[in-house]
Formats: sequence, structure tokens, C-alpha cells
Amino acid sequence: MARKDIQLDHEVILDLIKPKSTVLDLGCGNGDLLYLLIKEKNARVQGIEIDEQAIYKCVAKGLNVFHGDVDSGLTEFKDKSFDYVVLNQSLQQILHVDKVLIDALRVGKKVIVGFPNFAHYKSRLQMFFSGRTPVTGALPYQWYDTPNLHFLSISDFKNYCRLKKINVERSVCIGQTRRIPFLPNLFAQTGIFLISKE
Amino acid sequence: MNKENKIIQNNSVGIVKTQVFTFDSFKLESGEKLGPVSLAYETYGVLNKEKSNAILITHALSGDAHAAGVHEGEDNPGWWDEFIGPQKAFDTDRYFVICSNILGGCKGSTGPASINPKTSKPYALDFPLITINDIVNAQKRLVDHLGIEKLLSVVGGSMGGQQVLSWLVNYPQALRSAVPIATTIKHSPQQIAFNEVGRQAIMADAHWKSGNYYEGSAPSKGLAVARMIGHITYMSDKSMAEKFGRAKKDVGETFKFTADFEVEGYLRYRGDNFVKRFDANSYLYITKAMDNFDASGGVRFDEVLQGTKVKVLVISFKSDWLYPAYQSKEIVKACKLAGVETTYCEIDSTYGHDAFLLEVEEETHLLKHFLKKIFYAYEVTGDYGA
Repeated sequence: MARKDIQLDHEVILDLIKPKSTVLDLGCGNGDLLYLLIKEKNARVQGIEIDEQAIYKCVAKGLNVFHGDVDSGLTEFKDKSFDYVVLNQSLQQILHVDKVLIDALRVGKKVIVGFPNFAHYKSRLQMFFSGRTPVTGALPYQWYDTPNLHFLSISDFKNYCRLKKINVERSVCIGQTRRIPFLPNLFAQTGIFLISKE
Repeated sequence: MNKENKIIQNNSVGIVKTQVFTFDSFKLESGEKLGPVSLAYETYGVLNKEKSNAILITHALSGDAHAAGVHEGEDNPGWWDEFIGPQKAFDTDRYFVICSNILGGCKGSTGPASINPKTSKPYALDFPLITINDIVNAQKRLVDHLGIEKLLSVVGGSMGGQQVLSWLVNYPQALRSAVPIATTIKHSPQQIAFNEVGRQAIMADAHWKSGNYYEGSAPSKGLAVARMIGHITYMSDKSMAEKFGRAKKDVGETFKFTADFEVEGYLRYRGDNFVKRFDANSYLYITKAMDNFDASGGVRFDEVLQGTKVKVLVISFKSDWLYPAYQSKEIVKACKLAGVETTYCEIDSTYGHDAFLLEVEEETHLLKHFLKKIFYAYEVTGDYGA
């Protein structure tokens, strides 16, 4: 079922979203995911992105996008404005994760979160044997030059949801090319969660 | 290179002619009646059979109907020539572009310098106070006259952006999209303050004579000072530093207070040039209309926009301190709350407020793709690449 033309995380997210939904993508980058959502799911979409050059690419794709940062981008939306709010590979770069997630769960009926798993076995091995901050495919940055502000694992996120009484409706854990159903906190590079409140 | 070649190379719309549309009577927001009213306008490109490709360009404070091309026997291209023409942001091979001089202006449309039919003399201060909504209502008459029921878009920067917001509020059913650039829902005290200093400079000129200067010399010094203040606010600290630095002119005069610095010379030149083409009373009326404008009409702007189907593109510029980005974000915020389909971009420019005339490449990219999307009514295609 893997499609060569689509990134695996995008494919997973596409599967989680019902056709004709409204979707807000926080940190939408070049708009590739939103573009797919329109084409494949007939979705109505809106992006928020901080990078000006990425905005131009979104506009060239015909997407609606707001130039701004995710941390302040949500407050102005009404409750349940969207069927889904997506934070794919942007959660770890947000300053106030907790505040944004709570607001995302207010603005979206459901929230999809995708993040690199810090507890992937390669990271663990690097930490264990070299005693240094891991640099891997999913976490390719040096500690002194990284956009990532938070380092979390799949287990961390599950624990967070339990603490905050957030329902995990589905979780899909993936490696570079395939889904990882077995011991995901050890073997998955990326965790993708479909969550909701009530 | 002869002129014709130059025009073709610049993708110009070529030789254009200003036309005039006159209607007998016009009711202002204040309830006062004005008439007859003339609007000078220009059009570029061809209106299609469905009349679905018309774009109205609204000009800023000192602008006029001449937005693109050149007038017969003249060299000066229109004020937004780099944006209007074949293959440009407003592609005249595809779209029909209209630009009219605003009501209250002095470049062919009825304003304080026009002849009052009751006295056969210029109106001067007998001209009624006008509003941005009045300016837009008059434009609507022109658009109706051209047989256009629904504009593809209305686009303008600065005061032109105020007109765009007025269109969005008052005639949403006549628009498919709206592009307010470097503008605001309402002026801040700072914006009003700068305009007031400009007005005071005009009124302090002994030649102003309570507006009755049309038979003698005009209050040129006052108007020039007003324009100089304007130009300071249109640039950024950085763009001034880059353009002039502290370079001195070689003036060879002995007077103590000559324009020593380049920037002084520039401001004087701009001021002196402006008075040749602009009417001081128009400056008073128009700046007052800008200051009084509040697109929200006193309520929350998002409530005003509720339910509109018009698609919106908002553009601001990082170094614009006269119409700062936060004011554009207020527009975006209201659009978000009202559920209006909106795109917002803050262009990283150092030109200050002038950027809306100068950032050709970035604005062209945004406008071109946005307009194509609206015109072809598609949600998304991959044809245009990323």
C-alpha cells in the first residue's frame, strides 16, 4: 500500500483524514500535505507557516496560507473551526507545546500530531556508546544548530495524553519506509497520533 | 532604442488614454448631494464576453487614474506600470484592468478644484467632506457603467487598501476577491497625527487663504512640506540610510541653511515636484477621508465580514512603520474569525511603506497565482509548479 510518490508520514496522515474535511496545518511548510489533502481527500484546507519562501510555494499551489508563527497563530480561531488540526513535524519546534496543543484541541475537532521519536534505538545507541546528543535521519541536527526545542519519545507523548486526559484515537508509528507495529518506542523514527478531547 | 521598442521590451500596455465618466447626481454618506460628478479612468486589456475578468485597481493618496502605459507624446509610465501589462502581475492578455482617479482628487475626477455649477467657480472649501465609502460608491457607479456585475478582484495599497476594505464591506456581492496591501482597518493616532501635520503645513501657508487660492498663487510651500513629511513616513530608516547616507550635495550656495545633505535635496525635490501636479485642497479632503475611515463601522470587523464568500489576499511589509504589519494582521485576524478564505504574506522588505510600489517580484508572484486561482475558480492545480 506504500506509494512511492508520497512521503510515508503524509500517506499515514491522509489515511487518518475523512474525505471533504476541513483541515488546518500548523507549520505547513511548502504545502505538500495540504495539496495532497485537496487532491486526494477533497478537503478544504488552510495553512500557517513562518517561512516566507515556503509561503510563496504554497501560494503557487493555490493554497490559502497565513504567514505567521504557530505559537500565536491559533488563538484567533473559534472553537471547532476545523475538523482536523495537523501539527506534522512542527510540535518539537514550538515554544509553548502544551498551550498550542490545548488550543489545537479547541480549534480542531481532532488533532493529528507527527513528531520524531527521540527514543529510537539508534538514538539510544549513540547516546549510550558515544555519550553525545544523537544525530540521526529523523533528528539530523547538531545540538548547537537545530530548530528543535523539544525532544520527546513516543512513550512521552502517550504519557502526556494520559496526564492531560486526551483521547488517543489512533497512533501509527513508522520508520523510514514502513509502519512499525512492534515496540514502536524502540524501533519507530516517527510517531503519528490522532487525538481528541472528549 | 526608439520608444516603440522600449515599450515592447518593458511589456507595457503601450499608449493609453484617460477617459471620463460623468453622472448627474451623487448622494454622499453625509446625506449631502453632489453633482454632476466626473470620474477620470483608464482601462487596460480587454473585457471578456462573460465580463468575468475585470480587476479594479484603487490608488493611494497621491495616485491617479494613470496606472499603466504612457500617454501620447509623454514619457512617464503609469504609477503601477511594473505590475500592469502583458505577463505582469495584472496580466492584460488575460484580465481587464480599470483604474480611476478618486472622488475628491485632482487628476480629472470631481474634487475641490472642480467648478461648482452653482457659482461657476472652483468649489474650494464648499466641496463637501467625503469619505472612503463615498469614493468607493462612486467607483461602483463606474463599474456598473462599464457593465461589470462582479469584479474578479479589487486591489490597492495604502489608501487604495482602505478602498479595498470598503469594497469588501459594502459590495461583497460584486467581488470574487479582494487584495488589501499595506493598509489598515482604521488609522492609528500616529497615522492621523502625520496627516494632521501635513494639513497644518498647507493651512499655515499664507497663500492658502481658507482654500480660495485658485485665482492667485497656490499654497505651494505648505503642500511641499506636507509631501516632504509624507515621504519621510513612506521610507524606512534603512532605506534612507542606503539611499542617501550622510552624503552631502555640492550646492555652492553661501546660505547657512541650504539643503546640504542628499536627503534634504531629495525631500525638497519631491516636495517641489508634487505641487506641480497636486491640489492642496484635495490633499486636505483626501487625508481627512483616510483618517475618518473605519472599515468596521464601529463594530467588530470580523462580524462585518461574517458570511462573505470573497477570497482575500493580505500583504504587508516588514519595514513599513506607517502601516505596520500588525495592522494587516488585524485584517487577517478578522478574516480568520469570520471564516473567510484568506492568504497573508509579510514580505521581508527594507523599503518601508513605499515597498508596495517597489517589491515587484514578490508581489507579482503572490498576485499572479492568487488571481489565476480565482479566475479559473479552481481550488488547486499542479500546473503552475511550486
